[in-house]
Amino acid sequence: MIRAFGYNEFLFLLSAVQWTLLLSVIAFLGGGIVGLFVALARTSDVKPLRWVSTGYIQIFQGTPLLMQLFLVFFGATVIGIDMSPWVAAAVGLTLNTSAFLGEIWRGCIQSVPRGQWEAASSLGLRYPGLMRYVILPQAVKVAVPPTVGYLVQVIKGTSLAAIIGFVELTRAGQIVNNATFQPFLVFGIVAAIYFALCWPLSLLSQRLEARYAAPSR
Amino acid sequence: MALATEPTRNGVAPAMSADVVIRMEGVQKWYDQFQVLKDIDLEVHRGERIVICGPSGSGKSTLIRCINQLERHQKGRISVNGVELGPHHRQLDMVRREVGMVFQSFNLFPHLTVLENCMLAPMKVRGTTKAEAKATAIRYLERVRIPEQADKYPGQLSGGQQQRVAIARSLCMNPKVMLFDEPTSALDPEMVKEVLDTMIGLAEDGMTMLCVTHEMGFAKSVAHRVIFMDRGEIVEQNTPEEFFTAPKSERTRSFLGQILAH
Repeated sequence: MIRAFGYNEFLFLLSAVQWTLLLSVIAFLGGGIVGLFVALARTSDVKPLRWVSTGYIQIFQGTPLLMQLFLVFFGATVIGIDMSPWVAAAVGLTLNTSAFLGEIWRGCIQSVPRGQWEAASSLGLRYPGLMRYVILPQAVKVAVPPTVGYLVQVIKGTSLAAIIGFVELTRAGQIVNNATFQPFLVFGIVAAIYFALCWPLSLLSQRLEARYAAPSR
Repeated sequence: MALATEPTRNGVAPAMSADVVIRMEGVQKWYDQFQVLKDIDLEVHRGERIVICGPSGSGKSTLIRCINQLERHQKGRISVNGVELGPHHRQLDMVRREVGMVFQSFNLFPHLTVLENCMLAPMKVRGTTKAEAKATAIRYLERVRIPEQADKYPGQLSGGQQQRVAIARSLCMNPKVMLFDEPTSALDPEMVKEVLDTMIGLAEDGMTMLCVTHEMGFAKSVAHRVIFMDRGEIVEQNTPEEFFTAPKSERTRSFLGQILAH
């Protein structure tokens, strides 16, 4: 029985946007928190921390996100944890995001001139205070545009959660298409909704970049 | 190398051997294969003012950066105020609190105002109250004669003003010793004097100072002792009078010939 694509189908797609957004926010916040530690480990003086964090980043940057989601989802089953697609998607995306944000932020931390570290150290500030009051506030300024830009990647990345059965925008599109058999129309609309979510963020990222590129020193 | 002369400038002898603030014994440092410091022995007494000069790459900056361990030495011993620098953070923290440093490139914190630059370390390292830190900061900004710039950001100041703020920022920690690493080298010529005047003022107040600088006029008028370094060694050290008029070593003579030629 084939249904026509109508208002109800469109509303169904729209309502799935909330899951895409929620998953994006979780991945972004979780990835941000873990990513901060990854970035700190990457810029640490302690060699083992640098090795571990470098390996972590390379594994997540060097394998497809889809494989990472599969490994979390099916890996949990293998070790006897019954993980819902929801949790698996959130965990997988958080890990992936943390690796990418960690690497972006590593560059931002390292862009703060060496003299700032030296001045803060010579004033007696130890690592936590030095980071918190001197280095990170300067790194954040550099980090904002690429971080907002990366949020676009996170939103688009959530579409892969459809494949492990989590119903977000893409999965909702598949469901509607299975009922209507109008793939071009349905996925065209799905793509347009993604674009409507991501484009403002891209614009924002560009504007922030222009603003922070203005000389401030 | 033994210390040849006790500082006796202006008939005042600020130093007694019990009053050693910095002691370096057999300090050596390598960058990979290249040895930057070769067996450095140095004693700095309370109230003493030392100028270190030498060609670039002679190890003079590295030497003072070892004192607060911005660079780690690999051999020998360094102690500051009786605290020997070792692998532990405790000693390093104690030393860094007592040793102020002024850099060639100022290194003010660009995201903080001048006042905040001066208040940060006293509040976060010494735990002084905000009001107290502010009062101290204003006092030292007045002393370097820029209290009116307190609420500006470093980027809004000239190089000379920034360097004076950097000096005030160090003084706010109430250091026992001040290290200057080519403090006027990055300045436009017309700003050199204001920074040197500030340093002379500090000297007059009895601050113990180690200055890496090529300002020979400053060395002549302020230093108790001038140290000449070349290829990682202390080649010669003497009072400024002796150093400039009767340099003993050939290397010193050729260096002085080059920098005083014009």
